[in-house]
Amino acid sequence: MSIKSSSISRSLGRVPDRALFALVGLLYLFLYAPIAVLMFFSFNSAKSTEFWGGFSTRWYSALLMDQDILHAFYRSLIVGVVSTIIATAIGTLAALALARYRFRGKSFYDSTIYADTVMPEIVVGISLLAFFVAVHVPLGLTTIIIAHVAFNIPFVTIVVRSRVVGLDRSLEEAAQDLGAGPISTFLRVTLPLIFPAVIAGALLAFTLSFDDFVITFFVAGVGSNTLPLEIYSMVKLGVSPVVNALSTVIIIAVMVVVFVGSRIFMRKERA
Amino acid sequence: MAKDKGKGWSPGLAGLLSPVTFWLGLFFLAPLLLIVAYSFGTAGVYGGMKLGFNTNNYAQIADPLYLKILFRTLVIAVLTTLLCLVLGYPLAYFIAFRSRKWRNNLILLVMIPFWSSLIIRVYAWVVILSGNGIANHALQFLGITNGPVNLIFTPKAVLMGMVYSYLPFMVLPLYASLESFDVSLKEASQDLGANRWHTFWRVTFPLSMPGVIAGSILVFIPAAGEFVVPQLLGGAKTTMMGNLIQQQFLDARNWAFGSALSMILAVVLLVAIIFYVRRVGTDKLEVG
Repeated sequence: MSIKSSSISRSLGRVPDRALFALVGLLYLFLYAPIAVLMFFSFNSAKSTEFWGGFSTRWYSALLMDQDILHAFYRSLIVGVVSTIIATAIGTLAALALARYRFRGKSFYDSTIYADTVMPEIVVGISLLAFFVAVHVPLGLTTIIIAHVAFNIPFVTIVVRSRVVGLDRSLEEAAQDLGAGPISTFLRVTLPLIFPAVIAGALLAFTLSFDDFVITFFVAGVGSNTLPLEIYSMVKLGVSPVVNALSTVIIIAVMVVVFVGSRIFMRKERA
Repeated sequence: MAKDKGKGWSPGLAGLLSPVTFWLGLFFLAPLLLIVAYSFGTAGVYGGMKLGFNTNNYAQIADPLYLKILFRTLVIAVLTTLLCLVLGYPLAYFIAFRSRKWRNNLILLVMIPFWSSLIIRVYAWVVILSGNGIANHALQFLGITNGPVNLIFTPKAVLMGMVYSYLPFMVLPLYASLESFDVSLKEASQDLGANRWHTFWRVTFPLSMPGVIAGSILVFIPAAGEFVVPQLLGGAKTTMMGNLIQQQFLDARNWAFGSALSMILAVVLLVAIIFYVRRVGTDKLEVG
């Protein structure tokens, strides 16, 4: 009875409070109005964002010709993919250890992983800068990737660990009873079972890496700007019409990915 | 290597843990320890560093100029967190009690700005607030002001940019805790004669406390360490700890003082979070 009534009240929704409804509408407006403003001005033929000079796609042409932005985009892709692969591998192994074993020093690992997620980015950034300088590693793409792996491992570990904890061990035991060794058990039974979480962790890591500004800012050095760094250097001194166009492209791309992704996800859930 | 008491390190465990031990040990813990050491050091020429036990770097924070920046940082971070909570809660609440299809779509709409770049989100406010931009046009159109007023490079602009950037960080954990909420509890409370206001404060809100705590921490920490938003939307009057640390490292080249500032920031945040979780966490959860 209570299950039925609760599901009804949830599916119909309560009679919407007008005030709440209005407030939520305003909040979505707050979330999207700034984005809409950027999109609007990306088609402005004038360089300024103080007036409308007529419709134009000139900033999109300028964007396509901008070698700095394209190179920064490639760098971001490389850093994102490489650091995601390394962080996902390391983070998944750590998740298995922390979910499955009880050992001395476990709380030390737990708190290190937790500290890594909550440490202010600026502290992580300057400490890595000081470290790389102290050990004479030149700043560049390598140091960016190293830093991104370091801040992404905990996120992968946390996501994968929660899945491993909820895993039914009897399947793995069955595989081992049937003569599978530890490595083949891992590859043929455990890994497929935790794979959705591994993918979720990897997607999170890639997103965080692709968008990271603060830590990258300190470990990038000269001439290895990632996309967020490049955008920052362009808007540091004020409005940039090319960045308006670039922002529009990025936001539309995110919307398409989210839309397609959620369709696939929902279809799978229904199946 | 193997430890006794049945909690030993088997070779399998060592294999699983060695990559993470290597990477986080070398590229997270070692750099932090280096900063701790530097914070007691003495700055040499051009970023050079003499180690030692020099507490002057910490004493320097007592300078009213720096204390003011620390204080301002905490005020802005607390205000950002409060505003995100006040705005994010109704939003998360609304979404969590929709039908399944609506819930998924509405939360995705909150996530899209979050998945786009942080710099872009802040930059959008540069466009809106700068010069005689959209915001000034709107103010004049509404008759609130007669001519363009200075909106950007003010503390309010910084706060605006911060709330806009971090709102999704608050909404997601709140939504997660409200979404798993058993509606029958609400109904039971109302069946027992509590009105909606009472039901909310005595049942719904206390049960959503884990989301409130998680969301607050997720907003407060990056807000307190922020340096992009004050850089793009603020001026000299809105320098925050993040800006100060950055200046010490990249411009002033006083790594010893910069390290001490980082330590102070990290410790203050740690204390604030422990205090907050103890205070808010246990009190409210026991009532619930």
